[in-house]
Amino acid sequence: MLQEQELKTFVEGTTNYFEVAAQQPASVGSPYLATDGPPTTHDYTGVISISGKRKGVVYFTAPRAMLTVLLMKMQENDFSHENMRDLVGEVANTISGNARRDFGSDFVISVPSVMAGERSEIRIEPGMRSFVIPINWRSHSAKLVVALS
Amino acid sequence: MEVNGNVVMGSKRSFKLMIVDDSNIMRRRIERSQQMDELEVVGAACNGLEAIELFQKTDPDIVTMDLTMPQMDGIECIERLVELKPSIRILVISALSDKATAVDAMEKGANGFLNKPFTDRQLNEAIAELIRER
Repeated sequence: MLQEQELKTFVEGTTNYFEVAAQQPASVGSPYLATDGPPTTHDYTGVISISGKRKGVVYFTAPRAMLTVLLMKMQENDFSHENMRDLVGEVANTISGNARRDFGSDFVISVPSVMAGERSEIRIEPGMRSFVIPINWRSHSAKLVVALS
Repeated sequence: MEVNGNVVMGSKRSFKLMIVDDSNIMRRRIERSQQMDELEVVGAACNGLEAIELFQKTDPDIVTMDLTMPQMDGIECIERLVELKPSIRILVISALSDKATAVDAMEKGANGFLNKPFTDRQLNEAIAELIRER
């Protein structure tokens, strides 16, 4: 069962990115449990796999419009596909770094991988519950999905 | 400063900076944020192997170094750069914020550690600190 502290670490890793890199904090919506299969993805998704004491995946998925504005806030003017991929990868990297710091060697955390496309196939083990945390920033909304055994 | 009766302007020492990061947006961001007169960005590499090649061409004094990169990671690259130029100053810029990673990087020869994400001010202060220590 997912612990509240574990969820908090993943959420803080995500919101911290917006607060520091864009100098504008993101707000967190009400988390919910996905009951109808794996939660859908937006245009770009950064995924980390977790093994060890816990097994599963954590991913941050965001629409292109949100990432474009985030890049603008970071003074970037190249909104290419590659830079969008880079950006969700960096957010996932931050989530991963936070988890390593807080959970230590109990969690073995992979290097993030990045997927593009609204129907990205992310493998979630059958029976594993997925918590979805809406991440709202300016007028945009992304999702943090935590699916751990 | 006066040499042979002529006043020489801009006699401040300049430092060459090399950026190593596999993320294009990070490389560009670090480059954009550099506004110190005494700092010249001599190039950017996207992994450790490229960084070694670029080092041989540009002989940088200061390096910003990501850790998680393909082909040759940051820790191995730090070791190689310090072997090649013991006086080099290396600032690790990484999302890996656990103590063990920071200690490992420092033991291999890094001189500073900055967590991602960072503000321009934090980055400039960290680089200024490396310059002051030289």
